[in-house]
Amino acid sequence: MRSWVVLFIVVFVIWLGLSWPIDIQHILAGIIVSALVVYFMGDMFVGRVNILKRPSRYLWFLYYIPVFLWEWLKANIGVSYKVIHPFVPIKPGIVKVRTKLKKDISLTLLANSITLTGETLSVDIDKENGFIYVHWMDVASPDTDKATKTIVRKFEKILERIFE
Amino acid sequence: MNETIGIIFIFVGIIFDFFGCLGLIRLPDVYNRLQASTKCVTLGTVSILFGLFLFNGFSSMGIKAFLCIGFIILTAPVSAHALAGAAHRSGVKLWVKSVCDKYAEDKKE
Repeated sequence: MRSWVVLFIVVFVIWLGLSWPIDIQHILAGIIVSALVVYFMGDMFVGRVNILKRPSRYLWFLYYIPVFLWEWLKANIGVSYKVIHPFVPIKPGIVKVRTKLKKDISLTLLANSITLTGETLSVDIDKENGFIYVHWMDVASPDTDKATKTIVRKFEKILERIFE
Repeated sequence: MNETIGIIFIFVGIIFDFFGCLGLIRLPDVYNRLQASTKCVTLGTVSILFGLFLFNGFSSMGIKAFLCIGFIILTAPVSAHALAGAAHRSGVKLWVKSVCDKYAEDKKE
């Protein structure tokens, strides 16, 4: 029941943003639409409401945003350099990295962070054994442990504190 | 002032979009092309939308642009992930000069 309330608030705020000049018509239509959405897919999105209570998680999330943006910008400049270089200096390959995260949402955000930063692209996730298969544009070493250290560690530490 | 910063953001976004499309042509195989197109085009589009937000402020257009930033950041990497996984599963080969393919080794066993 509490997860339905959380989902209702999120959907309603997004609706208010999409129909911005707030007036009574939009609010009434928004309440009906959000209630329908929550009724049909209420238990699909928000699983654990209790993690919303701890304030340290929000602080770690605020710390995660600038780290992620900086890494993203660096990765873009690196890829742009490789694209405009006359010989295209790449050494691609698919490596396997290990992760300690177990929850769905943290694995999703970790895979998204891997894809958007650092010349890497997550190809598949093996959830039972905790492996992610990563396509790396410039393989430093095909060894699992070293690749884990370079690719995963930085985001895993933060995401572990946010969601686990 | 806001409009000047917005124009700078839109300019940077167009440059990164251009590099992403250039990477789509120049890089050798599906996976490398997905990387260039996902990373550069996502940052380029987000930067253009953020410039639009600065340009318009908290009007109806600006807030829609700001919400679209969140949607794009969440969905673009997921679609790249699905495309890369589907390509590997349906047997698209890596580039000939690739170093290693742990995924194919693990799937054989």
